[in-house]
Amino acid sequence: MSDIGIRVFGNQLAITIRVVARHRVAAVIATLVLLPWVVPYEALSVNILLFGLYAVGFNLVYGYTGLLSFGHAAFFGVGAYACGIAVATFDVNWLLAIALGTIVAGFVAMIMGGLAIRTRGIYFAMVTLALAQCVYYILYQWTDLTGGENGLRGVSVQAVNILGLELNLLDPMTKYYVMLVFVALALWIFSRILESPFGAVLEAIRENEKRARACGYDTLRTKWLAFVLSGMFCGLAGALYAIHLSIVPIETANYTMSGQAVMMALLGGMGTFFGPFIGAAAYLLLEDVLTLWTEHWQFFVGALFVFFVLFFPRGIWGSLLHWVQR
Amino acid sequence: MFHSGLQLLCGLVFGGELLHTWPKNALAWEPILAFVDIPLQLWALQIFTGLALGSVLVLLAVGLSLIFGMLAVVNFAHGAFYTVGAFAGVFVFGLTGNFWLGLVAVPLIVGTIGLAVERVLLRPLYGRGVDYPLLLTFGLSYVVVDAIRMIFGKVGLPLSAPAVLQGAVNIGIGYFPLYRLFLIGAMVLIVSGLWLFLEKTSYGLIIRAGARDPEIVRVLGIDVSRVWMVVFGIGTGAAGIAGFLSAPMQSVIPEMGIPVLVQAFVVTVVGGMGSLPGAVVAGLLVGVATSITVMIAPQLADAAMFGLMAIVLLLRPQGLFGHRGLME
Repeated sequence: MSDIGIRVFGNQLAITIRVVARHRVAAVIATLVLLPWVVPYEALSVNILLFGLYAVGFNLVYGYTGLLSFGHAAFFGVGAYACGIAVATFDVNWLLAIALGTIVAGFVAMIMGGLAIRTRGIYFAMVTLALAQCVYYILYQWTDLTGGENGLRGVSVQAVNILGLELNLLDPMTKYYVMLVFVALALWIFSRILESPFGAVLEAIRENEKRARACGYDTLRTKWLAFVLSGMFCGLAGALYAIHLSIVPIETANYTMSGQAVMMALLGGMGTFFGPFIGAAAYLLLEDVLTLWTEHWQFFVGALFVFFVLFFPRGIWGSLLHWVQR
Repeated sequence: MFHSGLQLLCGLVFGGELLHTWPKNALAWEPILAFVDIPLQLWALQIFTGLALGSVLVLLAVGLSLIFGMLAVVNFAHGAFYTVGAFAGVFVFGLTGNFWLGLVAVPLIVGTIGLAVERVLLRPLYGRGVDYPLLLTFGLSYVVVDAIRMIFGKVGLPLSAPAVLQGAVNIGIGYFPLYRLFLIGAMVLIVSGLWLFLEKTSYGLIIRAGARDPEIVRVLGIDVSRVWMVVFGIGTGAAGIAGFLSAPMQSVIPEMGIPVLVQAFVVTVVGGMGSLPGAVVAGLLVGVATSITVMIAPQLADAAMFGLMAIVLLLRPQGLFGHRGLME
């Protein structure tokens, strides 16, 4: 390609990135609609969709509010278990079960947030990690309800009826698009939160908490509310994940799952709307490719993460945005 | 046989009859009923066990606190360095067959790795916000743990205590495993050595001054970045020796560092970040609280320390020995 060709390509790319950034909800949803046609197999695209939502929820506290939480697995796990138990044990309607998963996760976030918000800065990561581990132990020990180490089985939602339309969830494509409806709705709400005055306060806290407090905002309460909302988004992701797998493995509440949110959000770009999905896709595709030829994929994922922290702390999408706006 | 005064107390408060009308199969009452029937001797032994388990936590938390107090870095790879210590111990033991040599070699090996990590990976991140070193050490823990898996495999390896330290001795309240007694002694020696180093030597003075005001120390002509490197090495070395010392009590597996990292965090939050006395007191407190819960309500044992942490957070968010405003 000639020098001019590269420049033209660069300009085209820059324009595309600007358009995507301006119409963020529409752009993300459009990308997600096309995703299953690009990704090698459907199960992977469902994973990207749900872990993307999980990373988006995490991004609300870290990317937008500046609180580094290492405990979001608790919300993902509790959302998955609450939804799973409702369906498997109590035979609750699937739609109600998803709502239940979201609400219970929000409730856990209220308690965890109430304790963790009292601490500042770097303590926050440690306290959230410890409290999430406590939730993990509870889920692990409460064998009667959760199945303990073996995980919860029998979360089978095979067919759903939406407004008289019978949909077969055993078909992976149908399942993907049913879940996309929930994710799209969540993304729209997420975008509205960011645009609201509340969202502006969040970013003010991230930039300078003391000044935000001096301006008369109740920063403790705002942070707490952001934490609860974030927990609900992650709980929704977990609830959908339970229906997707039709079991709930105990690993959904694990320490590694919390770390996964951090990794995905940072790889994609913290504090950006599109970043978490790109991060989730990059992480899962990398895992998928690496496991083909080595069982030590975590070594390479960890090394890549270290590389990003050192040289590209803005992440993939964040670096692109920065390049366009420079 | 001794019976605890708590039994009497419960009897007085609730009345003996009420005690027996409680549904015995209900989960919530079981611990309380069990609580009442435990002889005092068992309590004492269990507290001692807690002190032994707490000793490992003290060593971990001291390293974590030292690194934080000096570098303002929360070392998420602390559990990974603990694991490295255990495996380095297994390696040295396999090579030489000498347990005591491990006590010297392990902190040196792990500390050297720590020095390299600080120099190569952490140093570029200073001044870029407190979250970045934390994120880096988190990513590093994945790399280290998987590297251990590559080298040593996934199967647990045994490391047995030397013959001198096996068996049990009578400590007045009953027989207690000798190795655990040794563990408490080793912790006291290491922590007092560290304390003497920090308080009584001129290099310790530089470290303490550097923690308070690195700028002035630099102006006085001292290479502060080298001091930081040394402190990170000492902190990781302490984590390494904690891993080595706890290896004979458990199976040495690559994942052994994860629960321990969480426990060390709980200890640091309870004790107060950056405080050495806090790390010692809170480490022993968490150890004792856990082992007592193992005795009275085994199903809650894993969660007990989090309850303790929650109480401390509610009443004294900066930790027992922490200073208000340190984190701001």
